[in-house]
Amino acid sequence: MIRVEFRLPALGADMESGTLTAWLKKPGDRIRRGDALAVVETSKGLIDIEAFEDGVLEELVAQPGATVPVGAVLARIARESAAAAPTSGATAPQATPPMPVPEKPEPVAPTIPGAAATPPPSRRRISPAARRRAHELGIDLASVESSSPEELVRIEDVERLHKQAPSLPQRAGMRATIGAAMARSKREIPHYYLAHTVDFGATRDWLSQFNASVPVGERLIEVVLLVKAVALAVSNIEGFNGHFHDGQFRRSDLVHVGTAIALRGGGLVAPALLDAGRKDLKSLMREFSDLVTRVRSGHMRSTELTSATITLTSLGAEAVDVLFPVINPPQVAIIGAGAIAERPWVSDGKVALRPVLTMTLAADHRVTDGRAGSRLLRRIADLLAHPETL
Amino acid sequence: MISVLPAGVTRERGLQLLREMLRIRCFEDRCVQLYGEQKIRGFLHLCNGEEGVAVGVMQALEPRDAIVSTYREHGHAIARGMTMGVIMAELFGKRTGASHGRGGSMHIFDAATRFYGGNAIVAGGLPLAVGLALAEKLQHRTGIAACFFGEGAVAEGEFHESLNLAALWRLPVLFLCENNLYAMGTALTLSESETEIHVKARSYRVDAMPVDGMDVLAVGEVTRAAVTRIRGGEGPMLLELRTYRFRAHSMFDAQLYRDKAEVEAWQKKGPIITLTTRLKAAGLMTEDDYQRLEREARAEVEAAVTFAEQSEWEPVGDLERYVYAEPAR
Amino acid sequence: MKATGTPNRITYREAARQAIRSALHADPRVFLMGEDVGRYGGCFAVTKGLLDEFGPDRIRDTPLSEAAFVGAGIGAALGGLRPIVEIMTVNFSLLALDQILNNAATLCHMSGGQFNVPLVIRMATGAGRQLAAQHSHSLEGWYAHIPGLRILAPATIDDARGMLAGALSSPDPTLVFEQISLYNMEGDLTPGIERVDIERAAVRRPGRDITLITYGGSLHKCLSAAEALAATGTEVEVIDLRILRPLDDETVMGSVRRTRRAVIVDEGWRSGSLAAEIGMRIVEQAFFDLDAPIARVCAAEVPLPYPHHLEEAALPDPARIVSAVRGLLA
Repeated sequence: MIRVEFRLPALGADMESGTLTAWLKKPGDRIRRGDALAVVETSKGLIDIEAFEDGVLEELVAQPGATVPVGAVLARIARESAAAAPTSGATAPQATPPMPVPEKPEPVAPTIPGAAATPPPSRRRISPAARRRAHELGIDLASVESSSPEELVRIEDVERLHKQAPSLPQRAGMRATIGAAMARSKREIPHYYLAHTVDFGATRDWLSQFNASVPVGERLIEVVLLVKAVALAVSNIEGFNGHFHDGQFRRSDLVHVGTAIALRGGGLVAPALLDAGRKDLKSLMREFSDLVTRVRSGHMRSTELTSATITLTSLGAEAVDVLFPVINPPQVAIIGAGAIAERPWVSDGKVALRPVLTMTLAADHRVTDGRAGSRLLRRIADLLAHPETL
Repeated sequence: MISVLPAGVTRERGLQLLREMLRIRCFEDRCVQLYGEQKIRGFLHLCNGEEGVAVGVMQALEPRDAIVSTYREHGHAIARGMTMGVIMAELFGKRTGASHGRGGSMHIFDAATRFYGGNAIVAGGLPLAVGLALAEKLQHRTGIAACFFGEGAVAEGEFHESLNLAALWRLPVLFLCENNLYAMGTALTLSESETEIHVKARSYRVDAMPVDGMDVLAVGEVTRAAVTRIRGGEGPMLLELRTYRFRAHSMFDAQLYRDKAEVEAWQKKGPIITLTTRLKAAGLMTEDDYQRLEREARAEVEAAVTFAEQSEWEPVGDLERYVYAEPAR
Repeated sequence: MKATGTPNRITYREAARQAIRSALHADPRVFLMGEDVGRYGGCFAVTKGLLDEFGPDRIRDTPLSEAAFVGAGIGAALGGLRPIVEIMTVNFSLLALDQILNNAATLCHMSGGQFNVPLVIRMATGAGRQLAAQHSHSLEGWYAHIPGLRILAPATIDDARGMLAGALSSPDPTLVFEQISLYNMEGDLTPGIERVDIERAAVRRPGRDITLITYGGSLHKCLSAAEALAATGTEVEVIDLRILRPLDDETVMGSVRRTRRAVIVDEGWRSGSLAAEIGMRIVEQAFFDLDAPIARVCAAEVPLPYPHHLEEAALPDPARIVSAVRGLLA
C-alpha cells in the first residue's frame, strides 16, 4: 500500500494560496477519483478540490481555517493498488528539461536588429553634454582625451582636463621661455611693420555713454573694444588669423585673440579670448575680467595659452606712443596698441586736441604683405570709429 | 432519456464512439491535475460533458474540410485526429507542441488536419471560417469550413456579420453553436432576448436546427446530413448543439452563477453515460468493455504526459522566428 | 477622369487602379472585396470599371461588416487565395482591429509558423478635406506598432502603381495606406513599371544641410518646403520612408549621419507617433553624428475639426516644416 500526499492545487494563473474551509471526507472514508475532498476559499469564492485517484483517506494534515500556499500538503491518502491507474497521484517526476532562463543581457550599446553597423566615425564621438561643457569652459575639444573604451568623449573628460590646467611656470623659467620664443620668432619670421594713428574720440565718447547707462558690473574697458575690432577685422581679411606650420599657413575659422596681460612681479602672458569674433562685448568683458583674475592668481588653462590665433598687445595707459611688437609663433601677426594721448589733430578742417591712438601691425611677410596689412589696420580703425557695430 | 439505439448501430461503431469520447474525458480530467501541479499554466478551459459534440461532428467531417474552433478546443483537436502527445506538449508549452508551445491551451493549430485554432476572442473565428469557405468555393474545391463557437458568441457582432455574409454569398460554412447555456458565468437567458439560437440563424436565411448534444449518434447523423447539403452547394447551415459544461468555465471559477444540483442533474445525462447505457441495454457492450476502454484511454493520456514532460522547450533564441513567414520551408 | 498631357501622365488614383487590374490579370487567386468597390466604383473611384471587367466573383461588394469581411479575407488567404480587402478608410478599420491584430498579425507566430496570411488590405487614410473628427484619422503609425504586419505608404505615382504587386507577392499580411489627398495627384508613370521593391526608403531629393523624413501625403509638403528653403540657400534632403514597418533604418541613418540634422514629418498625432519611433531610432543609432536636437512636425493633439482654418492649423504644412528646419539651423 502506498501513501500519497494530497496537495493544494493551483486553480488559477494568479492563485498563490487558499484557505481550507471544510473537509468533505473524514479519515477512513473510501474515496474515488473525482470525489470532492475539501472546500477551499479563494479570491473567486469557494471551490471544491477533488481526488485524482481511488483510495482511503488516511490523515488530514491541514485543518479548516488554515491558509496554505499552493502545493502545501493537505492530507494523506492510502492508494489502492491493483486496479488503480498506471501512475501515482502526483505526476511522476520525469526527466524534464529545465526551462531555459534568458541570459542576463550584457550591458551593450543598444542596437536595432538589422541596423547597419556604425561606420568608423570620420569625426570624434563627443556627447552633447561634453560639447556644451567644453564651450562653457573655453576648452578646445581637440585637446580633450576620451577615457571610455569606445572612444567617446564625455563630460567627465572635459572636466578632468579643466582641472589639470597647469600652473604658471616660475618667474625665472618664464623669462627663459619667453626669451626662447622671441628668439625663434625673430630668427624665423620675416616681420614687416605698419603703423596707423586714429582719433579715438568717438570711441571714447561712445564708451562713456554706454558705461553710464549700465550698472558698474557691466561696464566695458577699452581693450575689449580693441579685441573685438581686431577679431572682426581678421575674420574678413585673409592671412592674419591662424598658425604657420611646416612651411604652410593654416587659417583658423575661429578667432582666438591672445591678450597680453602683465603679471605682477614681471613677465607677460597672452592667453586667448576664444572665439572673440562671435562674442558680444558683454561676454568678452566678462571673460577678459575672469582671465585677468585667473592669470594673476596662476589659474590658466593650457588651451588658453596655446590656442591664440592672433595677439593684441597693449602696455596700458602709461605706455609709449608706438609699439613694435614681436609675433608669437606659430601665429602670423600681432597688433600693438600704444597709449592714448591728447595730440593736435585735424578734425573738421580745424586743428583740435584729440585723444589719438597709434596701432601697429607686425605681420609675417611669408603670408601677407603691406597692402593686406594696411587694409587690416584701416579696417580696425573703421570698426573702432563705429563702436556700436562691435 | 432515449434508451433505444437507432437501427444500424453496431458494437464496433458503438465502442468506437465511446472510445473517442473517453479519450477526451480522460485527457480533460488529467489536465485538471496537471494544472493544479502548475505543469499547465495560463487559462485552461475543459469540455467535460461536451464530448458528444466533438466526436459526433468530427465523425462527419473529412480531411479536406477546414476547422475553426475556440479556446475550449481540446476535444475538437483530439476528435479531429491530432496526437494526444502533441496537444499535451502544447499545453505544457514545449517545442514539440502543436504550435511549438507558443499558444498553449487556447491556440492549438495543425496544418496537417486543417485545424485553424484555437481562438481566444469570442466569435473571432467566425469570419475566418467564412473566408476559408470562400476560398473553397472560389477555387472550386469541395471542402467545407466547420466553425465551432459557444452560444456566448451569438452576442458579438461578428456572429451576425458572418452568418449574413455566408448566406449572402452562399458559402459552404457549417456553423456549430455549442450551446452549453453559460457564457463564462452568464446564463443564456440573461444575455439573449431570443435564446433559440437556431431561430436567430434562420432570420439570416441560414438553415438551422437544434440537436441534442448529449446524444453522440444524433449529433453524427444530423451533422452528416448538414455536411452533405453544404457540400452540395446549398449554402451555409447552423446546428445548435444543446449540451452542458460539467466543469467550470475555466480552472479558477467558483461557479457562483449556477447550482450544484443543476450540474449533477446534467451529469446524469452526459454523452458517455447516455451511450454506455444504450449500448449495454442493447447487449452490445459490457462493463468490462467500458473498463478496458477507459484503461486504454488513460494509458494513452499518460504516454502523452510523459512525452510532454520529456520534450524540450523552444530556445529563447527562436523568440523572433515566425513573426513573418520564413522563406520556403 | 483621365489625366491630360503627356502619354505617361496619370493620376495616383489611376495608378492604383492599374495596379489592381494588373494583379487580377496576373493571378487568378487574386480578388478584391470591400464596401462599394463594385457597383459604386469605389468610394474614391479607384475600382471604377473593374466589376464590368472581372465580374462579381472577383470584385465583391460586401455589406457593412468590416470585422466579417476582413476576417473572411484572412480566412480566404489561409485557404489559398490572394485577397485584396479594401477597407473604405482607416477610420472604419477600427471595427476590424481585432481581426487584423489578433488574427492576421498573430497567426504565423502563434501557430509556430504553420500558417501564414498572405492578405493585402488597402485603406484610404488622412485628413485635409474637412471631413471632421471621425473621418480624418491617420492611424498608420498605430498599425506600424504591430509585429507581424507589413505597412506600406505609397506616395508617388510609381509606388501607387508598383507596390501592390510587391504586397501581393509577400507571404505576410500587408496593409497599404493611400492618403486621400494623393488620389487626384498627377504625375508621370515610369514606362513599363509593374512592381517596385517594398523594403527600402527612397531619397526623393538629395541635400547636405538637413534631412526631412516623412511618408505618404506629407512627402509633397516636404518637397515644397525643400524648394522654399533651397531658395534661401538651405539644401534639404527629403526621405520618403515608403515602408512604415519594417522601417529602413539604413537609408535614414545614412542620411542623418551626413546632414547631422533631422526633422520628421508625420500626419499622425504627435504623442506616441511614428515620428517618435523614428526619432528614438536616430538617437539609438546616430546620436553622435547629430549637431542639433531632432525635431518633428505632426498633427496637433486634437480630434480633427471641421472648419478649414482649424483643420489647417492642426495639420503639418510646408510653412510649419520650413519653420522647423530653420529652427534647427539657427
